[in-house]
Amino acid sequence: MNWYGIKAIYIHEMERFRRTLFQSLASPIITTSLYFVVFGSAIGSRITEIDGINYGSYIVPGMIMLTILTQSISNASFAFYFPRFTNTIYEILAAPLSSFEIVLGFVGAAASKSLIIGCVIILTANFFVDVRIDHPLLMMFFLILTSITFALFGFIIGMYAEGFEGLQIIPILIITPLVFLGGSFYSINMLPEFWQKISLLNPVLYLISGFRYSFYEVSDVSLLTSTLTILTILIGCIIFIIYTFSKGYRIKD
Amino acid sequence: MKNILEINNVTKFYKNSVKALENVNLNIKEGEIFALLGPNGAGKSTLINSICGIVNFNTGTIKINNMDIVKNYRTTRKITGIVPQELNLESFETVWNNVNYSRGLFGKKPDHNYIEKLLKQLSLWDKKDNKIKELSGGMKRRVLIAKALSHQPKLLFLDEPTASVDVELRKDMWDVVKKLNEDGVTIILTTHYIEEAEELSDRVAVINDGKIILVDEKDKLIKKLGEKTIKIELFEPIEKINGNLSKYNFTLDQTNKIISHTYNLNSNTTDITELLNDVKKDGYEIKDINTEQSSLEEIFIKLIKENNNELVRN
Repeated sequence: MNWYGIKAIYIHEMERFRRTLFQSLASPIITTSLYFVVFGSAIGSRITEIDGINYGSYIVPGMIMLTILTQSISNASFAFYFPRFTNTIYEILAAPLSSFEIVLGFVGAAASKSLIIGCVIILTANFFVDVRIDHPLLMMFFLILTSITFALFGFIIGMYAEGFEGLQIIPILIITPLVFLGGSFYSINMLPEFWQKISLLNPVLYLISGFRYSFYEVSDVSLLTSTLTILTILIGCIIFIIYTFSKGYRIKD
Repeated sequence: MKNILEINNVTKFYKNSVKALENVNLNIKEGEIFALLGPNGAGKSTLINSICGIVNFNTGTIKINNMDIVKNYRTTRKITGIVPQELNLESFETVWNNVNYSRGLFGKKPDHNYIEKLLKQLSLWDKKDNKIKELSGGMKRRVLIAKALSHQPKLLFLDEPTASVDVELRKDMWDVVKKLNEDGVTIILTTHYIEEAEELSDRVAVINDGKIILVDEKDKLIKKLGEKTIKIELFEPIEKINGNLSKYNFTLDQTNKIISHTYNLNSNTTDITELLNDVKKDGYEIKDINTEQSSLEEIFIKLIKENNNELVRN
């Protein structure tokens, strides 16, 4: 293993995060605060509790998941697309690094950034509502696994994107709607039966549900199903990346 | 001297079926400076990028230090460095971070003393804390060289190292290249500045349309393919070339005072003694004699022209 190479990519990416620390942290903090103002105060005054949990507290796991998903994707996709755009990718391709080591460096850094932001959101949420974490280890397991999985997904986007617009299409058009419709701000039990069944087709529902269970021991689907869903997405991303790399991952054409 | 690089029957097609390299065979000896010449789009950069692992080639084998670059990519890439043609750098990073990053990528543990020495050698030490965007084009080019040398490679590829740099900086770069070679680094450079190849290289290859059309020692190449012109300036103008001189392919200049004859250095006899005797026999008085040898550039243009004509015929 080229540990120095992996470390170089990781530190390099984290250094970019440090340089833009204010933007990186200010945006999720402001967004979270706005969600609490809009959903917590405005809607929360009408929906006081869901499954015995105060509405403001109930939406915290969903908000964290929304941020983790979008941040993991955008961090990883940008991190890999940027050197392609500036042509500095030549150095990574010419280095004695395996595909796995390249992915480890980029995805590790993107997932780390998301984890930091996730923790910042939990702290921010504490200023607005009481946040209880019944299973901290399970919460960390979901947080880390989701960050890695969606950083891998972002890496794929970074490999395939043909421009900066391409980096935004999937997060905006697919991920954000899936998160909003995946029970971030409500329980699917509140929906009519037909829409409950439709919601079960949304993979993000399982992530949010499992994550919420680690906080309050309430969930829309079983913990096992949630865990299997996230693992399936993770394996799917890994297989796709291996396939793309084996074909020369477009960049080496 | 042993070969540090062996390229056998390498072919590369791009996705749009454009043939970039066709059956390229080339051996590079350890310790030499090798120039790869060719017009734009000839396949120079594709060949270098294939060797360095930046693009995949379709068929053939490439060996560095007798090791296959695909099977043994870790070992072969550790001793290889590349300076790209474009100024591809992270604009917001400092020189110091950029160079250390490159060393890390190539699996070497940090060595601040070495990087300091390297930056001093390349006159970059006082710029080490500057961001890349604050540097001039020449400085950026030096940073690229520093990055390529950060892991102490034995084989260095310079892809158009002096493209769009001024004359003074070009000479500076040449000094850097010569110094590196003296320190034991084998250098392969692509260029379309013939004077660069003439100044630096031990051997030269000419590539055109993805094929290597010639490989030879620079001096031998000039001798083998080079033509020489003898210009004889006479005291009195002449109206036309006749008498003994008519058997030579003399041309007369506009002043009618200078007669020129071109001959190939490769022929067994140049007949210069006889030619001068004939000038004397015809009663001309010689004021001055001057000879001019064809440059690598003229040879290069001639070769490419011949190759292109052959391609059209086929």
